[in-house]
Amino acid sequence: MPFLTIVYAVLFYVATALLVVGLASKIRQYAKTPAPLKIPTTPAPVTRTGVVMRMFRELVFFESLFKSNKWIWIFGWMFHYGMFLVLARHLRYFTDPVWTWVDLIQPFGMYAAFAMSAGLLGLWARRFLVDRVRYITSLSDHLMLALLFAIAGTGLMMDYVTHTDIVAVKEFFRGLMVFNWQPIPEDPVLLIHLGLVATLMIIFPISKLLHAPGIFFSPTRNQVDNPREKRHLSAWASELEK
Amino acid sequence: MADFETPELKEYPVIPHIEVGTMAHSKPFVAKEQFQEPLGFPGELVDNWQQVAYDKMEELTGKYRSLAVFLDSCVKCGACTDKCHYYLGTSDPKNMPVARQDLFRKVYRRKFTFAGKYFPKLVGAVDLTEEVLNDWYSYFHQCSQCRRCSVYCPYGIDTAEISMAAREVMDSIGVGQKYCNEIIAKVYKIGNNLGLPQPALLDTLEGLEEDIEEETGVTVRLPLDVKGADILVVTPSADFFAEPHVDGLMGYAKVFHEAGVSWTLSSYASEAANFGMFIGSYENMRKVALRIREAALDLGVKRIIFGECGHAWRVAYSFLNTLAGPFDFLDPKYPVPQHIMEFTHDLIQRDALTLDKSANDDMVLTYHDSCNVARASRMGPKPGGQFILPREVIKASCNHFYDMPQDTIHEATYCCGGGGGLLTDDLMELRVKGALPRMEALKHVVENHGVTHMAAICAICKSQFAKVMPYYGFQMDSIVSVHQLVSNAIVLGNKQ
Repeated sequence: MPFLTIVYAVLFYVATALLVVGLASKIRQYAKTPAPLKIPTTPAPVTRTGVVMRMFRELVFFESLFKSNKWIWIFGWMFHYGMFLVLARHLRYFTDPVWTWVDLIQPFGMYAAFAMSAGLLGLWARRFLVDRVRYITSLSDHLMLALLFAIAGTGLMMDYVTHTDIVAVKEFFRGLMVFNWQPIPEDPVLLIHLGLVATLMIIFPISKLLHAPGIFFSPTRNQVDNPREKRHLSAWASELEK
Repeated sequence: MADFETPELKEYPVIPHIEVGTMAHSKPFVAKEQFQEPLGFPGELVDNWQQVAYDKMEELTGKYRSLAVFLDSCVKCGACTDKCHYYLGTSDPKNMPVARQDLFRKVYRRKFTFAGKYFPKLVGAVDLTEEVLNDWYSYFHQCSQCRRCSVYCPYGIDTAEISMAAREVMDSIGVGQKYCNEIIAKVYKIGNNLGLPQPALLDTLEGLEEDIEEETGVTVRLPLDVKGADILVVTPSADFFAEPHVDGLMGYAKVFHEAGVSWTLSSYASEAANFGMFIGSYENMRKVALRIREAALDLGVKRIIFGECGHAWRVAYSFLNTLAGPFDFLDPKYPVPQHIMEFTHDLIQRDALTLDKSANDDMVLTYHDSCNVARASRMGPKPGGQFILPREVIKASCNHFYDMPQDTIHEATYCCGGGGGLLTDDLMELRVKGALPRMEALKHVVENHGVTHMAAICAICKSQFAKVMPYYGFQMDSIVSVHQLVSNAIVLGNKQ
């Protein structure tokens, strides 16, 4: 078994484990921590269905960000939904036969990679050009953008500059899934691309990427506005009543 | 007037460039021992304050999901950076919501996250040093907990939650704010923020009854501690004597008189405001709220109605049922509690009040949405009722009304600059500068529509504007209560 295959196989097992365990423990923490008071930002929906609609608009349209700042909104939306399509496109490396809808979005996934990169560059530019955003930016914010941009860039390179053996890549990942290791193509651009992706997976649960699970637990967005109709009481607060 | 410059009102609002440290000197007086201890806080900075603070931070992130999620989720996108009235008025970058939160977040990261423990420089994590604590005291007392940032954050991060937590941590190590803590102690001892004892209240209310009778020829009662009354009215104590608050109180009395209902104020619960919220203390907030429950039980009332007060309405509407419920001993036909605006609006809808709009013809009005009413509560059955009801009551009471620009009203409203426990003379510079965005919006309607008066439904807003408007060249009496307009317009004794 080639040395690099072993390294990358182990790397992806470790990265996947850290991502899953890290995220699960964070989600568990958020779910277990009580929200003792009703604090939806009003006007807020007065029914559960209304809250689902509100969350849907936040997740799909970035509604609050749209109200806030059109530049961040357009760059942020391009980046996130570009990345979403690119990720969906990558499902072809994990499924056999490839699901029909994954097949259908392949061409869009290509444009999406450019949209994702452009969005990242726009967001990055703001960190230099807008004095308020420059003030709040720390080194890790730059590194996060660099990491994502490098992932997108190396991915695009393999499409437009130096092709890699994607059939072998698929064999490698399909093999990992069933613990039957297959050799990874020893192509530098691919190895960099995959190394960065594994890095992203590892830092996900210990970085600001936690905004992804976080938004689902945000009390200002996910609470129903019905404090007068229904008494809301957390476990630790009810202890005070004894 | 003071040792600072009042910001200039520009034709169009401009987002200022950052000027580091312009407000680092702004600090409210620290609470002395006598104001700390009644609230259960140490009287002075404890010896091992760092460790106590860390322990408190850990406790709070375990008790409040908002805090746990908000501390992890911020990506520093910058959406909130131009949303805080204190940033717009002072240009101090630590008054940008994200930077204010980061004063807390960087300590949280250092102590409680992997990245902050092992790579502090990379993520900007620091220990809670004396310098950082100084920044906390300064800048967490430059947040009025108005929640404007939370409207615009893509994750709904509410800086108010972080400010409350920071103040709770500071209280727990003995560094409390005098203004808030002294007031809460006063509520425990006497029953209201101003320390007005029962005889003084009785005297004031009798005086108001005389004023109304003199002016209208009708006997309108302002009852206190009447057992068996149907409605307990809880109103901010400023309503008992401050201008223009007191005109609002007389308005409520006239409305109740016309409705023919029996009502009473309570000397034991003679305060609607709950400063326990400002300092983030659930226990103190609960203790203050329970006085209202006790008064309601003691007087045997069937309903509870709150007067015009912004943060009070947040605690009443959003938290009262949680803190002091269940209110199953009250009449289930009515929401608990109700806002006076809901009561008056309902009477107007049913054509049960005679209002002579021309009585307010000497004024051209606009309306300031109070921050906590707008973004932390509701009125009536539908979302957004908190914007509609007050405007409908105003429009039913006067002939000339114009709204301020769209991006300064409703959920986008600006804080008056004095909310969240900052309405104290030792923060005058902050209060004046923080009023800038509202003053600019007001100037717009003054110039375009000839507006002469601004109505508000919050005791803090009213006091704050009466004080800071002169700095911007407006008359101090150009701020009015909504029920003052009702009081002027109402024709007594018309409908029986």
